[in-house]
Formats: sequence, structure tokens, C-alpha cells
Amino acid sequence: MDIPRYWRLKNQRYHLEGSVCQNCGHQSFPSRPLCPQCKSKDLKSVRFNGKGIVYSYTILYQTSERYEGYVPYVVALIDLEDGPRITAQLTDVDLNQVKIGMPVEMVIRKYFEEGETGPIVYGYKFRPVFSKQDLTEPPIK
Amino acid sequence: MKKVAVIGIGQVPVREHWDKSIRQLAAEALLNALQDANRDEIDGLYVGNMLSGTLSGQEHLGALIADYAGLSGVEAVKVEAACASGAAAFRQGVVAVAGGLKKCVAVVGVEKLTEFSGRYTASALATAADSDFEASVGLTFVGLNALVMQRFMFENNVSKIDFGNFPLLAHRNGSHNPNAMFRRPITLEQYRKAKVIADPINLLDSSPIADGAAAVIIVPLEDIETSDKRAAEVLACEAGTDYIALHDRPELLKLKGVEISAKKAFRAANLQPKDISLFELHDAFSIMTALSLEASGFMSATEALNRVKDGYFEIQGKLPVATMGGLKGRGHPVGATGVYQIVEAVTQLRGEAPEKIQVKNPLYAMTQNIGGTGATVITTILKNISPS
Repeated sequence: MDIPRYWRLKNQRYHLEGSVCQNCGHQSFPSRPLCPQCKSKDLKSVRFNGKGIVYSYTILYQTSERYEGYVPYVVALIDLEDGPRITAQLTDVDLNQVKIGMPVEMVIRKYFEEGETGPIVYGYKFRPVFSKQDLTEPPIK
Repeated sequence: MKKVAVIGIGQVPVREHWDKSIRQLAAEALLNALQDANRDEIDGLYVGNMLSGTLSGQEHLGALIADYAGLSGVEAVKVEAACASGAAAFRQGVVAVAGGLKKCVAVVGVEKLTEFSGRYTASALATAADSDFEASVGLTFVGLNALVMQRFMFENNVSKIDFGNFPLLAHRNGSHNPNAMFRRPITLEQYRKAKVIADPINLLDSSPIADGAAAVIIVPLEDIETSDKRAAEVLACEAGTDYIALHDRPELLKLKGVEISAKKAFRAANLQPKDISLFELHDAFSIMTALSLEASGFMSATEALNRVKDGYFEIQGKLPVATMGGLKGRGHPVGATGVYQIVEAVTQLRGEAPEKIQVKNPLYAMTQNIGGTGATVITTILKNISPS
């Protein structure tokens, strides 16, 4: 089990911490040692606000060992409102409801358990954002 | 720089080789290639492999395979670039001979994927992606390709069934190749009904997990006897890379690594896409077939989806692809795949392919091996030096 890795990733996993290039404005998640666009090393850490829209998605029916008990689940590419594109699971969502262009927001959820005695790993996932109209619609007749 | 040529090829059939270890597979392919080249000595060995450490508990493949093939003492090293490991090793061999440091090198691509059950192998294959920001959030290797395919279908308004003709073609060709994993054609109906792995990718979009090994022998072109009509000149072998994580790519549907690698290869060979007689492309997933045809400069991905319907990519067509079954039909033992492609291209150029899948008088064969979802790409162009 890779405990140092989980600790090292805490600012990304819990706070969506990335960086913004002070020269050209390019945004990265996670932060990089230099800007991939203009090569500037003048980067500033930022925490993205966790709102975004689904750019693409897939529903996984077969997966790796860690996630075996969780299928089917959705992984999406998400364009952050105030940041770059990131990869994350969608949660609290009906599989038939997932669409490209769907607004989503970040929440913290369990990723997986590292065996019976290992740590439980948590981090960002995204859930649908419902408009007021969605919420006031009458229930299914 | 010296011109270089492939003078020997060898392979083992792509199978689930329960009875053979990684060293046995590699040694068998290597010895076949040496015999084909009529050589018994080499001065360098490059082994392409991705997962021996994870799935066989065995690293240090260079020395191990040299040892087991009776070549102990020779310089030997393993080269890793995910699914492009085979071609990456081939390129190292080409560079060594072209640069004049080596006189005769062997390249072996080998992979053993069936030691464990599928889910464990899936975890291992996912290490080709960004571990911290793709695999660890639950993405698999199939899932990465599914994200690309979903977006492609959305933007181009094409339906899933449009992709089915590529696996059909691969299986049809593979059915004539005794070394292929799948030697039976499939139907569009089977494709339509195939089990979904990572929506929209189903089982018949995906190349199979398999064991295999393939090998080639490379020498300077000037050392070849003029009577040797079985050698193929390496006109180009060029590599490109792209952002490893899909989310970092400015354009998800453009395989930048393919574009870089193919452009460099065409320039080095002084050829254009229209000159290519056959193309062993990296059809690990149907979406990759369409996107790599586009990024290599042949045609747009949507045009490829249309042309596959009218025979353009068949053996008798304008641009035969996956002539021996491709990754889908022959199978995809990841680190071996790039070398299988070279072996198959040389077989075609020699005119030694099984009759039904022999391309007529090919002059230039192109191969393209892709690592990850396009993060490492190596494009090779081979020439028939004694066309009939």
C-alpha cells in the first residue's frame, strides 16, 4: 500500500489544487514544474472551484482489481468552469442520465479500499447539478 | 548514417501460452529470426516488453533472454514504452545499426499477459495511463479509449455500428494467418450484440489479451549480399509523443503523437501516404483505427469509417490494413505487438504471406505502434529491395 502517495496527493484529491501560469494564463491540474504552453516557471498554485461540465464519459462494466466491486460506474472528462479539463468519476447519478454537456460539481467520496487492513482512499468525484426547475418539477406520475 | 535492413524475422503464434514462460516465448522467436537470417551471432539485443515485472515477477529481460537464447555476453537491454515497447525496441536497434555502433542486432518483442486473471492484467495495463490522475480514479485502458470514442461519436454524429467494419476486416484477414489468435471471421450482428466493456466500447472493438513474441534481425544495408532478395530496407523509423493524460491534450480527437511520428517517417522516407502499399496500424480499439488513419495523413476519420464499407482497406483494396489480422485479429501481446507488425510487413514485402492475404507486389509497407492512448507512437516504413 502506498501511504506516502495518498498523503502527497491530498491537496489535489481534496482541494483540486492546480496551477496557473503567470505568463500566459495556462491552467494545469495538477501543478507542473513549468508551463507546457510557454515554458515559464512562474506558476501560481490555485484551488479550482469544483464546478464544471461533462466533456466526455464512459460507463465501465469491467475494471481493474481495485474497483471491481463498484461496476458499473461512470468516469468522465470534465471541463472545469474556472480551470482545465480533468478526469473524475461521476457519482449520485443515474447511468441513463449521463450526457455530454451535463453540469456537475465536485464532492468528496470514497475511491476504494486498499485491502482489509489498508487505508480507505478518498478524493474528488463529481455529481450532477440540478437547476431549480429540475427540483421543482412534479414527481413522476 | 548507414542505411539499414531487416534480414531475418521470427515469431511464435499469438495464443494463451499456458505452457510457456516469457523467456521461452522470447527465445523461440529470437532463434527463429536468427535461423531465418542465417546468422548465429549478434552484437546487440533489444527487448521490447511492458509488463514482465508486474505479471511475471521478472525484470532484467535483456540479460535473461540473451542467456536463454545462448547469446550470453552480448549487450542486451529492455526497452519499455507501454504498448509501443516493441517498436520502441526496434527503433533502438535501427538507431544502433544506422549510427554504425552495431553490425548485427536482434530485436525481440515479448509479452506474457495470461499469468493472472483479467482484472489483475487490466490493472497492470492501466499503468500505461497517468497513475495518479487517471487510473487511480477508476479509469482503465479500455475506459480511456471509450472516452475518446464517445466524444468522437458526439461530435461527428456517427453511430456505434459504423465502427464494426474494422474488427470485421481484422478478423477476416486474421482467419488466414496461422499465427493469429482469432482465426474465425465475425459478423456485424455479433458485433452489435457483443458485451459492453466500457461504453461505447464492446468486446469486439477491443484487441484481445494474449501471449506472444516476435523478433527481427537488423544489419547495415551495405552488408547484404545482392543475391538476398528477402531483406527489407528500413526507410524510416520515427517516434513521437503526446501528453500522457487525455485531459491534458488540447484536442482530444487529434492524435498528435501519431501526426508527429508519421510526418517524420514520411519525410525521412521521402514518401507520401498515397505511396504506401499496406499499413499495419494499431487497431487496439476500433476508434484508434479511424483516428490514426486521420492523424497519419491518409484521410479523415469519418471518411475512413465510410471507406471501410466499400473495400478500400481490404487486401485487394487501395490501402490494405491489418493484413495479418491486426491487433484485433492477430492479438495484442502489448510489448510484442510492434515487432509482430514489422515481421508481418516484411512477410508481405517478401511475398510470403498466406495466399489469400498476400498484398499484390507491395513496394512500401508502413507499420505504426501506439503506446497508451497515443502518448508514444513509432511509425516505420519498410521497402521491398527486390520488387518483382
